[in-house]
Amino acid sequence: MSPLKITVTIIVMIAVTYLPRALPFVFVKKEIKNPYVTEFLKYLPFGVLAAMIFPDYFSSTLHLESAIMSFSVALILSIKKYGLTTVALSAVAVVYFTEILLLF
Amino acid sequence: MLGYLSVSFAYGILTAASLPWFVPIIISATNLTGTGQFVGTQLLIAGAAIAEIGLTVFIINIRYILMSISLSQKMPKSLSLKKRLLLAFGNTDEVYAVAMRENTISGSYLFGVILSAYLGWVLGTALGATLGDIVPPDLKSAMSVALFAMYIAIIFPPVMSDSYAFLIILSSAAFSILLKIIPVFAFLPSGYSITISGVLSTLIFSVLKVKRQKKGARVKAPNLKPLMNKREG
Repeated sequence: MSPLKITVTIIVMIAVTYLPRALPFVFVKKEIKNPYVTEFLKYLPFGVLAAMIFPDYFSSTLHLESAIMSFSVALILSIKKYGLTTVALSAVAVVYFTEILLLF
Repeated sequence: MLGYLSVSFAYGILTAASLPWFVPIIISATNLTGTGQFVGTQLLIAGAAIAEIGLTVFIINIRYILMSISLSQKMPKSLSLKKRLLLAFGNTDEVYAVAMRENTISGSYLFGVILSAYLGWVLGTALGATLGDIVPPDLKSAMSVALFAMYIAIIFPPVMSDSYAFLIILSSAAFSILLKIIPVFAFLPSGYSITISGVLSTLIFSVLKVKRQKKGARVKAPNLKPLMNKREG
């Protein structure tokens, strides 16, 4: 990956993060009341993140078993409302130890 | 605050595994957004085209448009353009959540909230990025899972109380898998299939939800006709 690509990507990321925040903050005076718009925008991260997780999660580890195990653990911990870091560390630990177990 | 530090630390350490150590620090210092940074960086490392990265991160960030609009309502009208442009930079999920608890917000109050969030975020990233070299390679491959696990921790908690969130996750996952499997669509780079799946699933169920809620409101409104006939008679 070239330094040029990294630099351009960072600039693009800055633009797509700052502009949605800045332009409405400066220009929009009225609240958006249309529920179609507000509900759509509110739910968008769920759709996009779900598309990022599936199916790529299951090809991100060496073996499918460690992916399934860690996914289940992450899912349960998330629903039980444990924090981001706890879930992430637990998933990593499960993958690490499952992979070791699979060596036997 | 502590949660903020640990998330940015994780971002720093994960990114430094594949990119130069100063890259995540620069990204954190110029973007100040958790999900967007993670997704953008992940796509960059995976080799996605810049257009895909831009589009996907933009779509993830679209919610900031709504948040900026509603936050703007609470600011004093006299707030200068310069200050607005500066403060807008810091309108993150966490800052927004804190600020929206108040009825009106002064520029200096918002600035204070943003400053502490910013320092925590950049410092955490810096710590993670520089310590990343110490992490052994075995652990680094297990860490790719850490990013996905964080996404899981973001989207699944509301599922128990919000069935539409669950439906959106389910359908988006289905679309995403289909787009990968069905040969006709196999040419589609991952960035675009993510956007298509995400937008389509969200569109379907958010529209469904609003229609159901509107229908519910009509059903709940009392039928006043018998009352009116009585009065006239």
